[in-house]
Amino acid sequence: MTEVLVLIDHADGEVKKPTYELLTIARGLGEPSAVFIGSGDQGAAVAEKAKSYGAAKVYVIDDADIKGYLVAPKAEALQQLVQHIGEDLAAVLIPSTFEGKEVAGRLAVKLGSGLITDAVDVQADGDGTPVTTQSVFAGNYTVTAKVTQGTPIITVKPNSATPEAAEGAAEVEEFTVTVSDSAKSAQIVASQPRKASGRPELTEAAIVVAGGRGTGGKFEPVEGLADALGGAVGASRAAVDSGWIPHSFQIGQTGKTVSPQLYVAGGISGAIQHRAGMQTSKTIVAVNKDEEAPIFELVDFGVVGDLHAVFPAAAEKVTERKG
Amino acid sequence: MNIVVCVKYVPDATADRQFESDKTVDREGVDGLLSELDEYAVEQALQIKEKAEDPASVQVIALTVAPAAGVDAVRKALQMGADQGVHVSDDAIAGSDAGATSLVLAKAVQKVGDVDLVLCGMASTDGAMSVVPAMLAERLDLPQVTLASVIETQGDQVRIKRDGDTATEVIGATMPLVMSVTDQSGEARYPSFKGIMAAKKKPLETYSLADLGVEADQVGLSVAWTQVQDTTARPPRTAGEIVTDEDGSGATALVEFLAAKKFI
Repeated sequence: MTEVLVLIDHADGEVKKPTYELLTIARGLGEPSAVFIGSGDQGAAVAEKAKSYGAAKVYVIDDADIKGYLVAPKAEALQQLVQHIGEDLAAVLIPSTFEGKEVAGRLAVKLGSGLITDAVDVQADGDGTPVTTQSVFAGNYTVTAKVTQGTPIITVKPNSATPEAAEGAAEVEEFTVTVSDSAKSAQIVASQPRKASGRPELTEAAIVVAGGRGTGGKFEPVEGLADALGGAVGASRAAVDSGWIPHSFQIGQTGKTVSPQLYVAGGISGAIQHRAGMQTSKTIVAVNKDEEAPIFELVDFGVVGDLHAVFPAAAEKVTERKG
Repeated sequence: MNIVVCVKYVPDATADRQFESDKTVDREGVDGLLSELDEYAVEQALQIKEKAEDPASVQVIALTVAPAAGVDAVRKALQMGADQGVHVSDDAIAGSDAGATSLVLAKAVQKVGDVDLVLCGMASTDGAMSVVPAMLAERLDLPQVTLASVIETQGDQVRIKRDGDTATEVIGATMPLVMSVTDQSGEARYPSFKGIMAAKKKPLETYSLADLGVEADQVGLSVAWTQVQDTTARPPRTAGEIVTDEDGSGATALVEFLAAKKFI
């Protein structure tokens, strides 16, 4: 059976949920091999995690020569691994993060391979060729596509599949790479990890509550409802540009794309740039004082009203019901 | 110093964007314009020029790969203050994917020659892949410093702040390099009347693939390394229920809805 490489998404050895989604998708395309680029001594623990989602193999690439630099060394490492595996490779699946997409772009050029980004689904067609589904034009179109040249390189968005546990062999192979000097030309001089909020990761959350201009800079009602529902907090660009909340919370064209089960927008008008980041959410709810706000065209349920009144009251009722 | 800014001519994102029968993006039925996200790259190029010891020694060259109408994207950059324009236009380019686009851009950068900095926006507003800057760096074998929100240059040394996926990072590199900037890097200026008038006299070169030494069979829809199978308009969302909040009725109705959908 042909191999499918899955690049493990992790923060300092802590495996993130999109990894399990990718392994689940990979099982439909061939035999999943997970690739861990990280600290070599975390390899065994990470392999255990990948094992429970069906990884037949786990390649461990020590990142001593990789982690201090931006993107390029990771692409070189994957290129060497792909060439090591040879013909018997069905696809390379990479998480659709900013870094993941850049690694994929460089890898595609190196390998002379076609690249598809931001897939929301990947299925094998009759010949076993991976066919991707993407959501484009701010979610107004669905596009299916495939790679016609080289080993398909596909980046997959978070929340694209429900992770399904399956026992794999998870045979560990240490793979040594050589990183060129030119790949080390962009150095990470300083790094400030984002503070953990205790809330779910925005792109991975099943429920997202977001605030916009209508918050007037007061995000407590948004955070309160998010916490009552067990969701993540997000924001529109207007709120970020006003300096009310950091850019890492921004949902939309130039921020994060989310596709949760439930999206609750408070004081967000729903400009096209914002819709691009949330239109594929399963259920959409909005609270806005302006009954003409375009966000109401998208909603399953809308409240014309002030979020500063509606959100806290709703949070209280949700907490009561949960007992 | 030579700065090339890559600019893309895209269908207006606020219009009703469609696909052609060959499954490529409809670039004629909808008004086109300079991709909003590339305006930030033009702005940063101009700021680097303005902050230079001898601004006149810095040339900002706006580069686009686009059909004939796409020259408008270059014109806009010239109106904002870029010094020269380069428009690569060739019927054979139509339908190119990101890989082929990065090839043509790389060849054009080499044609310009002696380039210290290639600046790009963080993504186009149509394809929105965010991969061309990285691909361009790979093709030109240059350092990539991407997704910059704050840029500092001193001589040939560059430092940027990057809001990465899990951390805020400071990246350092030496020119020549490829950089992309985010919409956090600073509002792009509007062309002034003077700028609009001056743009008409600025040099604007048009190149074909042959001028760049690219073979027609290296680019375009028929040899693209990816192929669109099908495009389907998303069915419009069915109109939801809208209530007006009166004395707390909104919160009650909202929670009833969430409970009925089993979110609580």
